[in-house]
Amino acid sequence: MDMHHSFDVAAIRADFPILSTLVRGKPLTFLDSGASAQKPRQVIEAMTRCMETTYANVHRGAYQLSELATEAHEAAREKVRAFLNAADASEIVFTGSSTNAINLVAHSYGRGLLKRGQRVLVSEMEHHANLVPWQMLRDAGLGIGLGFIRITDGGELDLDSLRAELAKGDVGLVAVTHMSNVLGTVTPAAAIARMAHEAGARVLFDGSQAAVHRRVDMQAIDADFYVFTGHKLYGPTGIGVLYAKRALLDAMPPFLGGGDMIETVTLEHSTWAAAPGRFEAGTPPIVEAVGLGAAIDYVEAVGMDAIEAHERTLVDHAMAVLPGVQGLTLLGAAQDRGGVFSFTLDAAHPHDLSTFLDRRGICVRAGRHCAEPLHMRLGLEGGSARASFGLYTTHAEIDVLAEGLNAARRFFA
Amino acid sequence: MCGALLDLYQQVILDHGKAPRNFRRLEAPTARARGDNPMCGDRVELFLELDGERIGDASFMGRGCAVSIASASMLTEAVRGLDRMQAAEMASRVREMARSGDVPDAAGLEGLAALSGVHEFPSRVGCATLPWATLEAALAGGKEASSE
Repeated sequence: MDMHHSFDVAAIRADFPILSTLVRGKPLTFLDSGASAQKPRQVIEAMTRCMETTYANVHRGAYQLSELATEAHEAAREKVRAFLNAADASEIVFTGSSTNAINLVAHSYGRGLLKRGQRVLVSEMEHHANLVPWQMLRDAGLGIGLGFIRITDGGELDLDSLRAELAKGDVGLVAVTHMSNVLGTVTPAAAIARMAHEAGARVLFDGSQAAVHRRVDMQAIDADFYVFTGHKLYGPTGIGVLYAKRALLDAMPPFLGGGDMIETVTLEHSTWAAAPGRFEAGTPPIVEAVGLGAAIDYVEAVGMDAIEAHERTLVDHAMAVLPGVQGLTLLGAAQDRGGVFSFTLDAAHPHDLSTFLDRRGICVRAGRHCAEPLHMRLGLEGGSARASFGLYTTHAEIDVLAEGLNAARRFFA
Repeated sequence: MCGALLDLYQQVILDHGKAPRNFRRLEAPTARARGDNPMCGDRVELFLELDGERIGDASFMGRGCAVSIASASMLTEAVRGLDRMQAAEMASRVREMARSGDVPDAAGLEGLAALSGVHEFPSRVGCATLPWATLEAALAGGKEASSE
């Protein structure tokens, strides 16, 4: 890895092979990193090297190769621990995705430790991954309710609404996004956690977006649960992370049963392994963990602070350029926002817009971005288009987007 | 502007998309169905008035992209006067045409040929076919269709 002492976006782009490819003969302008980010050579090579030189199943074989694979797998866990500033590596559970991680909490903590009559609070701007599992928990017949934290018209979490819900005294868990995948709104995690804790509730953050764009610190936030996914952090698909405080994991019953999560097994009964193994039934995503570790090495070498500073300039540039596109309406106006911009254009439906931009090599997402209730709240039944940035995004790409939007308006108007 | 884009957004599509025909509710439809594309929120509600086997009137309401609205608008014009079987055949041919891009040599499809341009855009085929799947549902006495 090159040492990026100062933020050198050209050098970073050179690390991502796909960014130099052409789309229909045009340079790729990839503005859908919020859905899934591209991968640097360092991640691709680490995964290849793992499969070529140190691959075997983990936690099983008393032979050198399996020991090496286990070491690499556990080294990745330690990298995640450091990345999140968790107190201990045993607080890091590898899952298949953020979605899997939230479902794990909903099943294990939700069914196991929440009590009849308690409610889970989610916000109006959640990704479906942090809404549907809680609806399923509510409908499981355990007497656990579901409540909603409103958002302001500017797209920020309404803390008065949170306060009012907490004051009802029945909230067991607050589960909110740390950064909206539609509005770019960054929520005040530490303040939310403090409010929840004062009301006797636990708090879970969906950090799928936030963990990519700025440093997230479990000690500073005092999160009880925090989830993120590898593929949005320039790592592979198929791996996600659940952070949970050790005392919670120790008290939580298993989610899935199988190999690796047990201590002893008889035909009739089993006893559970300690965390995190208890929550990692079956062969884990071994190569993916190595890839995630390499992705963390990559962003740490660039520096999360440097990434945040670069993306702040992108946000400022987008805020300067996009409102100049006639007929464009930006969604959300949060004070603290990351590099995610959803918008509508008066002349074109988001789907037509996305198809039009695609022919210019510009990848944006169109639809409801797995946040249907939020789009209904905003009165956008037809969805929106979304441009989302990564550490490799340039100011010039935002200009290309603005030109494309202007051209689309001329074409469809 | 690239050719495929102009094939998709031919003037007739843009025109029907902007000024859809028969965009209204029928007072007393003899058949109706609703079609949803859960991915993008496109929705078509189709109303048919049947005189016996023959479609006397057709109209629609809905929301969606230019392609889905244009397709629904063109549908309401194309099926008027057809009997049930002819309309069902037309629906099946248009669906196949949107997927393959091949315009069949069949009467009544000339005016719908513009819908074949969508085949170059796999993620958009469902936009063009949603109204036709909805027509099939309405003819079969169903109430709902999906673009899946």
